Amino acid sequence: MTLFYVFAAVAVLASMLVIAQRNPIYSVLLLIASFGALSGLYVLLDAPFVAVTQIIVYAGAIMVLFLFVVMLLNAPHEDTEFDEHVHPLRRPGAMRLGAVLAAALIAELAWALSRTGAATGGDFQVAGVSSVRAIGRSLFTTYAFPFEVTSVLILVAMVGAVVLARRDSGPSVPPGA
Amino acid sequence: MPTLAHYLVLSAVLFCIGTAGVFVRRNLITILLSIEIMLNAVNLSFVAFGRALGSVDGQIIVFFVMTVAAAEAAVGLAIVIGLFRHRESLNPDTFTSLKW
Amino acid sequence: MPAITPLLIAQLVIIVVVFHALLLSAAAMVWVERRLAAALQQRLGPIRVGWQGLLQPFADVIKLMFKEELRPKAADALLFALAPVISATCAFAAFAVVPFGGETTLFGLLPEGMRLQVADVNVAALVIFAIASMSVYGIVLAGWSSNSKYSLIGGLRSSAQMISYELSYGMALVSVLLVGNSLSLTDIVNGQAGAWFGVIPKWFVFLQPLGFLIYMTAGVAETNRAPFDFPEAEQELVAGYHTEYSSMSFAMFFLAEYINMVTVSAVATDLFLGGWHGPFLPASLGWIWFLLKVGALLFFYVWMRWTLPRYRYDQLMKFGWKVLLPVSVVNLLVTAAGVLYFGG
Repeated sequence: MTLFYVFAAVAVLASMLVIAQRNPIYSVLLLIASFGALSGLYVLLDAPFVAVTQIIVYAGAIMVLFLFVVMLLNAPHEDTEFDEHVHPLRRPGAMRLGAVLAAALIAELAWALSRTGAATGGDFQVAGVSSVRAIGRSLFTTYAFPFEVTSVLILVAMVGAVVLARRDSGPSVPPGA
Repeated sequence: MPTLAHYLVLSAVLFCIGTAGVFVRRNLITILLSIEIMLNAVNLSFVAFGRALGSVDGQIIVFFVMTVAAAEAAVGLAIVIGLFRHRESLNPDTFTSLKW
Repeated sequence: MPAITPLLIAQLVIIVVVFHALLLSAAAMVWVERRLAAALQQRLGPIRVGWQGLLQPFADVIKLMFKEELRPKAADALLFALAPVISATCAFAAFAVVPFGGETTLFGLLPEGMRLQVADVNVAALVIFAIASMSVYGIVLAGWSSNSKYSLIGGLRSSAQMISYELSYGMALVSVLLVGNSLSLTDIVNGQAGAWFGVIPKWFVFLQPLGFLIYMTAGVAETNRAPFDFPEAEQELVAGYHTEYSSMSFAMFFLAEYINMVTVSAVATDLFLGGWHGPFLPASLGWIWFLLKVGALLFFYVWMRWTLPRYRYDQLMKFGWKVLLPVSVVNLLVTAAGVLYFGG
């Protein structure tokens, strides 16, 4: 139980710091810490494969991509028409409306969760399925179609990312050809 | 022992933090990071429900969500790079007019 | 609080032993590398400090400890300090799930057998892969936080190289997992016990020769060793991502590099070379065979460094993506077909 609270506290604290940091590199690193905590929570939920995949895919690949882009763009600080010395979370205008909406969302979710009651209150009744074999079997039989579609999705995303990030090159036909 | 309610509350809190980040921050990369927080909160919720129902489907859906998040991050960052090259700014408020 | 049983104490002892063994192996590798390089280049190498130069690594460490710890003024202090910590931590952590011995009762001290492994996780192979992908951060943060062009280019090149070769590494790993039929390293090693016709051991290297080559190549590239060590090439980039580091931070990076080498060799031994199984010795003394096999692989590592010329960076990336990745995918397909046909 304490382990759950430790991981949960790290995840929440790191996420709050992510949205409060001015420097995007620190945001990325704090998000990696949050992912690590979530990975620990997955292990507590008897899902070791998901935990390891979280580290490999999210913390090890997606965040490296974010880090590369932040370094490439080299724009570490937010620049707005407001005073730069005011922390992002304290600026007036759209910020306040955004903060109010976020607070409203929290209140609504808290209310909704308080009404679920006994359905989610007890300990886990059944045993979890933690074997990778079961995941693999289900993935390649019941969910084979989404699996193949996902691979096409990744291909499309790769091609799209390369095309979108490409600098506009010169004429495609060399002059005189 | 942590019950399903604990995990759901944590997932809700993380989701709200992510949403607050998207609303409040004026930096495209931080907005994308907040979207990743939201996706992770949803993943946690799926795995918790999968555990509670004793089904492996929760973990499978997480697998797909992670893949989609990776694809979305890649394309989103490519768009951010394109936008940055044009206007030298990562503030979404500089991209308010439809003119390129 | 769990009860203080002899098993718990033995587990704690294992953790301490593995940690110190890794530190000593890094020190030993410093000596081995310099003497072996000297032998390959027909010169003597360090022979004066202690008998046959065996105290040379300790002399190096003492020298490094007394050096001044510098930090460039424009460097990001937190990240500059964090980067070597991340590198070293990931290097040590990866060894936590590597089994290096069979069931042993420690000469009868324990009531029941205990495997020589710090943590027995049933997804151990994936954990190693996960920690390998985390070690990219140490390098990329070192390159960025030093605020120097050599470091930045070296750091970005090195991390791009590591994430490119991770794919082939993973594919070769998956091929072995198909043959070994489990994700747990202990099960894979136990599947290699015994011998065909009583003579040829049932190691997976004989079933997966191409996979072994791919794994070792990708492992060498992952650990930034020659011939893939362009990012830290002395001639081209001063010293790459650790240009601005001195004293113990520099030592941390080198420690991380040597321990990564040891981990890659140890995992290759477990996956392909039969781990701790070998003739003439009972299973409880199998760690001796393990050390011998890891030593052989480390010898190849050092031999490769001082024999082969360095790959240029674009040749390196081209090789990783256009040659190694397709070959590893084909290897995976052929392995899967083989497993399906021969019934596992």
